[in-house]
Order: sequence, then C-alpha cells, then structure tokens
Amino acid sequence: MREIHADRITETVARLCIDACYHIGDDVKALIEKARDTEVSPHGRKILEQLIENINISAAHGLPVCQDTGMAVVFLEIGQDVHITGGNISQAVNKGVHQGYRKGYLRKSVLTPLDRINTGDNTPAVIHTEIVPGDRLRIIVAPKGFGSENMSRLKMMKPAEGIPGIKNFILETVINAGGNPCPPVIVGVGIGGTMEKAAYISKKALLRRAGTHNPDPFIANLEREMLDSINKTGIGPMGLGGIVTALAVHIDTYPTHIAGLPAAVNIQCHAARHKEAWL
Amino acid sequence: MNEIKILHAPVFSHELNSLTAGDSVYLTGTIYTARDAAHRLIYQMIMEGKPLPVDFEDQVIYYAGPCPAKPGHIIGSCGPTTSSRMDVYTPLLLDRGLKVMIGKGPRSPEVIDAMVKHGAVYLAAAGGAGALIASCIKHVEVVAFEDLGTEAIHRIQVENMPLITAIDSKGNNLYKTGPRRYSRLEI
Repeated sequence: MREIHADRITETVARLCIDACYHIGDDVKALIEKARDTEVSPHGRKILEQLIENINISAAHGLPVCQDTGMAVVFLEIGQDVHITGGNISQAVNKGVHQGYRKGYLRKSVLTPLDRINTGDNTPAVIHTEIVPGDRLRIIVAPKGFGSENMSRLKMMKPAEGIPGIKNFILETVINAGGNPCPPVIVGVGIGGTMEKAAYISKKALLRRAGTHNPDPFIANLEREMLDSINKTGIGPMGLGGIVTALAVHIDTYPTHIAGLPAAVNIQCHAARHKEAWL
Repeated sequence: MNEIKILHAPVFSHELNSLTAGDSVYLTGTIYTARDAAHRLIYQMIMEGKPLPVDFEDQVIYYAGPCPAKPGHIIGSCGPTTSSRMDVYTPLLLDRGLKVMIGKGPRSPEVIDAMVKHGAVYLAAAGGAGALIASCIKHVEVVAFEDLGTEAIHRIQVENMPLITAIDSKGNNLYKTGPRRYSRLEI
C-alpha cells in the first residue's frame, strides 16, 4: 500500500487549476493556427488571429486565457494500492480549488443553483473518481466554461435511429449552438452506457489530445466524417460565418442496453483547458 | 470585408446609422459591464419604478464579468459572455436609451426588433480572447452592485477595442448572412 498525503493532492490541484487557465495546450494551439491558415472568411481569419495573440499574451503575462475560468471538473484515477493519509480526498481537492482560484486570480463563478449565492471560492469542484490498478494517483483538472457547457445535449435515442440518428443529433446540436459556445469548438461525444455514463464519456473524450482519433478505425472514420460535416455548416469562428466551426470531434463508446442508444454531445470552446499530474 | 470604423462611447445616434453588419469597429471611450445578475436587478428596478444606478441613455453595455486583477494590473481577463442570456431583459433597456451592446453569439428576434425601433447596434467581441481585450482596458471602477463581485456593474475606459458589427440598426444580421455565405451543407 503506497501512502499519499492529502496535502499533496491539495497542492497539485491548486497548481493545475492555475496552469490549465493560463496555458492552452500545444495541441489546441496548433489546431487554431491550422484553422487560421485554412479559414477563408476574412472576419474568421481575424478572429483566429486574435485567439492566437490572446494565447500568447496569457502565457507571457500569467493571465487566464478566458475570463470564464469555469467550474473545476477534477478527474481522479486512484490506484487500488494507494492509501490517502492526512485527510479526506474530496476536501483535499476542494481545498486545492479554493487555493488555486485565489492565488491564480481566477474568476469565482460557482453559486448555489436556485438562490444564486456565489460560494466565493469556486468550490465545490465536480469530482469524478475511478479506481484503477496500480499504486499511483492521476489527477486531471479541466476547468469548464459555461458558454459551451450550456450548448451541450443528451438524448436517449431509439436503437432504430442508429448511426444516421447519431450523426443528425451531433450536427443538430452544433447548428443549434451556432455562435454561442465560442466556435471553433471541440465536440466530445459519448455513445452508449446509461444516461449518466454517456454524459461522462462525452466529457472524458474532451481530455484526449486534441485532434487525435479513437483507436477503433470505424469510430475514427465517424469522427472525420462529423468534423467534415460540421465544418460545412458555415457557422465559422464566433458564428459569424466561415469554414472552421470545429477543431476536432472526439467520439467514445460504451456498451449499452438492448433497448437503448444514449448519446451525449459535450461542446468545448476553443479555450480547451486541462492539465494533469501523477502522484 | 467591410471597412474599419472608429466609434466613440457614449455614442451619437448618427454614428450608429453609418455602421453596417460586417463592419469592423475600434471602440474607444466609457462603457459599462453588466451580465446576468446585474440585468436581473436592473430589470426588477425598472419594473418597480425605482431609480437606476446608471443612466443608460446613449450608453454601451458590455456583457462581461472580469477575472480579479492581479497586483500591478487594473483588471483581469475580460472577454465577452454569451449575449442571448440577456435577451429577455434587453428590450426594456433599449426603451431606456441603451444604444450599443457588446457580447458574443446571436440575439433573439425580439431584441432585433427593439434594436431597429431604437436605432441600436450589437457588436461582437472575440469570445475567449479575455487577456487580449483586457489589454484595451485603461481604467476600471465599480459603479453598482459591488456585492455581486465579477457580476457588478463596472464603468470601464477602453481604447481601440476590436469588434465586429454583428447586427446593425437596420436589423441586418451577420449571424444569419455570415454562415449562409459559407455553408456547404447539402440539405
């Protein structure tokens, strides 16, 4: 049994919150640069140029890429041979979010849902845990902005709707979202499982290195086909018209019930932020 | 692309009439931030006939909630938020003389009708370019609802804020015409 102190989790989460908000991954930046080179709309190109400049300013001055520093979504992959000492794991994560959002001058956007009272420190985080083999702890912090989260959808489809139905659902979701979620977007899709499993894997698909494909060649082809269709909508950067509406489509699947075909589409804006660490 | 125009805030109506959907704009002057909570409160105050903390006649509202300022900075990242959440409150503010809105994403038909009626325009900022836009902000003060934190109304001075005329005072709408121009979907 390997011991990991709760304080190390707190420190790591705090650091990852700040790092994720200040530094866009090279994978996403490379896709935005490629988009600028392929976009034909003059406004679209100009917007993409501004996004690249913005990424550079953020990194150089230590500023959040986007003022919506999101709700902190924290994925914990806990090795079954790990023992957390010195505190409660959820409290350790929330303490990390509290510290990271204060020290990093990140926006506190979390509030109680009905009476809309801000909690003041961006807690609580949304924490997903998985028990995995081994004696290590993997922590992924993915701050999620709500311009894009609000445009996400889930549908319990009929099996008869099949793959054509799923393609329509993905495309319809992106078209309905239009300029709202800050395109160019990354589209995370979860197919199968139960209602919550589909939503979970659609979010987890966004953690993949942007633009890489599902190892299953059939699903990889579906990703290519959907990216092509989405970029034919004409929505373009910020919804003002253009040929780059999405940077990538990531689809993951899970077995489901004979009676069902759940599908979830989690839209991610171009400020696709996630950082990870292994303890 | 249309030409680049210079706009000063607060605005004069005749300047707005010359803006056409698709025009790039550099905005300089004094504007106000307001987003979800501030809109809800302002709307309630108008409905209850109470005096407003800000007179919106000929003013510009920027839908934004900034990050806190780091030491040595006057403001944190400050990009636009999704405008459509403010649609339900906007016609009433346009009745009160609001002339320009800055945000991101499309507006409802009701907002566009009210914009045409009052000769108002809607300008789009690049969503997610919060650090870049913060570099255009030269002065900041909270003028109402301080307890709302990021959602308070801030009076800010901007210099050459880069924007695109998304919906003009005649109701021309780049969110409709732009995607239509580049669509290659076979439906």
